[in-house]
Amino acid sequence: MIFKFLSLEWKSFVRSASFGKSLAVKIIMGFFALYFILSFLAIGIGGYYLIKKELPGSDPLQVVNSFLLFAILGDLIFRYLMQKLPVMNIKPLLTLPLKKSTLVHYVLGKSAFSGFNILGLFFYIPFSIVLIKEGYDVLGVLGWLFAMILIIQSANFLNFLINKNNVALVGIVVLLVSLIGLQKFQIFDVVGLGGQMFDAIYANPIYSLAIIIILATLYYLNFKQLRNLVYLDEAVATKVKEANSVDLSWADKFGDVAPFIKNDIRLIWRNKRTKTVFLMSFLFLFYGLIFFTNDIYSTKMPAMLMFAALFVTGGFTLNYGQFIPAWDSAHYKMLMTQSFRYRKFLESKWVLMVSMTAILYFLSIPYLYFGLDVFLMITAGAIFNIGFNSLFLLFAGSFNRKRIDLNKSGFGNTQGTSATQFIIIIPLMLFPMLVFWVFNKFVGHNSGFIAVATIGVLGLIFKNYFMNVIENKYIKDKHEMVAAFGKEE
Amino acid sequence: MITINNISKKYRGVEVLNVPNIDIPTGQSFGLVGNNGAGKTTLFNILLDLIRPTTGKITNNNIVVNASEEWKTFTGSFIDESFLITYLTPEEYFDFIGDLRGMNKADVKSFLSQFEEFFNGEVIGKKKFLRDLSKGNQKKAGIVAALIGNPEVIILDEPFANLDPTTQIRLKQIIKNLAEKQGITVLVSSHDLMHVTDVCERIVVLEKGHVIKDIQTSQATLKELEAHFGATINPE
Repeated sequence: MIFKFLSLEWKSFVRSASFGKSLAVKIIMGFFALYFILSFLAIGIGGYYLIKKELPGSDPLQVVNSFLLFAILGDLIFRYLMQKLPVMNIKPLLTLPLKKSTLVHYVLGKSAFSGFNILGLFFYIPFSIVLIKEGYDVLGVLGWLFAMILIIQSANFLNFLINKNNVALVGIVVLLVSLIGLQKFQIFDVVGLGGQMFDAIYANPIYSLAIIIILATLYYLNFKQLRNLVYLDEAVATKVKEANSVDLSWADKFGDVAPFIKNDIRLIWRNKRTKTVFLMSFLFLFYGLIFFTNDIYSTKMPAMLMFAALFVTGGFTLNYGQFIPAWDSAHYKMLMTQSFRYRKFLESKWVLMVSMTAILYFLSIPYLYFGLDVFLMITAGAIFNIGFNSLFLLFAGSFNRKRIDLNKSGFGNTQGTSATQFIIIIPLMLFPMLVFWVFNKFVGHNSGFIAVATIGVLGLIFKNYFMNVIENKYIKDKHEMVAAFGKEE
Repeated sequence: MITINNISKKYRGVEVLNVPNIDIPTGQSFGLVGNNGAGKTTLFNILLDLIRPTTGKITNNNIVVNASEEWKTFTGSFIDESFLITYLTPEEYFDFIGDLRGMNKADVKSFLSQFEEFFNGEVIGKKKFLRDLSKGNQKKAGIVAALIGNPEVIILDEPFANLDPTTQIRLKQIIKNLAEKQGITVLVSSHDLMHVTDVCERIVVLEKGHVIKDIQTSQATLKELEAHFGATINPE
């Protein structure tokens, strides 16, 4: 039986949509995964020596032990927010001649191998190896590692028990905060107590067996709870959120393009992926802090400052704009049977990008703190984003041929990404950087952002002309786009 | 109203549709039947300029559909669920289509009131997004959206599929009413022979892209169609 399940898992992995992605996307995703694994590995291997160096005379294992309690609670909070029990995929198995208990064991057993449980091992295992190499008691270290694995698994199953129970979340957060508080104000030595607990496991590896009992109990509780809920209207139910219609009649001010604007606002707010894009654009506001606080850039690489300035106000335009009109790909056919000028549709996207850039620009005023130069640079970036990038992204959008299914998840979803997305970075970011660099180097500092801003202003002045070109391109490619957007991945 | 002239469509050299000539007069209810792959949806997609024909042209009210976009103002259609904007509630969706077709919120509301029975209390005021409605209720919303804005031509692909029996009967009345009383040209495709013979004055049978039969509906039509689809396994 277990082998049948394993083969199902393998197929779902190999045949998943993400596996069929284009090579470029695969490489980038693989790179990110590798990055995380390597970071943990590096901490695992180097951690021992780092602690030795920073805290001479201390025992690295004891140092790690003393903070484990906080790490475990933090892990629980992280899991609570991110990890869910994958119950839905047993739906097709429900009517097959399989015992329900087998299915529940399958779901629970599978969760033991989830990424949340694996990532930590990239720290604990190399750290243990280093400990053994440095002459720690082999049995003690192995017992300690075993205990860590058991704790990770216990956290895994505890999370499913308390999931979606906000009281539990508040409980954990209060516990964590009060532990930190107790430590900070030296009321109670939490670090010491936690350290002693885990030190004891190292000293007497046999104690780790006690955690097996905890793990077994948690597993049993999960099993008992889930076993009674394996019905379509209980655990295996798709959750339906109540739809809240917010009155958007204020958007009617936009006139002809208002229906599309309202539609886009709802699109952004009601789909995970677009919502992520929207919220991320506010994070990009802080992107400049990395560059403007470091003198290296202003003295040696001023073009990088231009790069940062573009990102401060351009987060939304860049991330949302590059997938126009693929956001509407699911209902593109319908749009093409409705009578409206294509211009209106494009204009609405333009208004949206420009408004968001303006809002982000307004919010970036505190950058004045870093001097007028910095703010002028951000201003030039904003003008470039409004005048050039918005129009250019609309034009680039006409090359988008990949469907985006908004119902799919948000974070790390690369659907709709193709070579277009990588090529457009050149004119969007490198072009203004180059202009800035050339003028800055050969004419003088102020001319750099004046040149960039001028390009933006020119874009605005000739907007109508460019819009006509863009509109015709979209109309010309209509049938190809309809056909491409109709293809589900 | 609609003239199909020498329309053919080839994909990589394989012909999937070849219709020499069909004339659909104003106010006719026109039914298209055929097995899977007969070319019904392809024909409708060409009619809506969503697919380019390999040869030929279609005129809709004297407008060549792939030359001008004027036909959009008087043509309503529902082909499949991809016509729905799934993250909207039905009300917002109707408002959106109404906006595009020059109706304000109040117009749309009064227009929708005549479909209360058809919706059967399952579409309006449910506080659900279209993506969370059942297939049948999604279809109801899509069909009604196709009727918004007083179209003169209405194109519905498989409108009866996924609907419950009561709604099927109500939909038949709606379609009949559109053609007979309001003089609207209605094009419907279906797998259900009984429904099309009930609703349509004229039925065209497509098979592998070719017109096999073109019948004015009469008492004998259903029998004729049943005999046709029951007997022929391969006509060639």
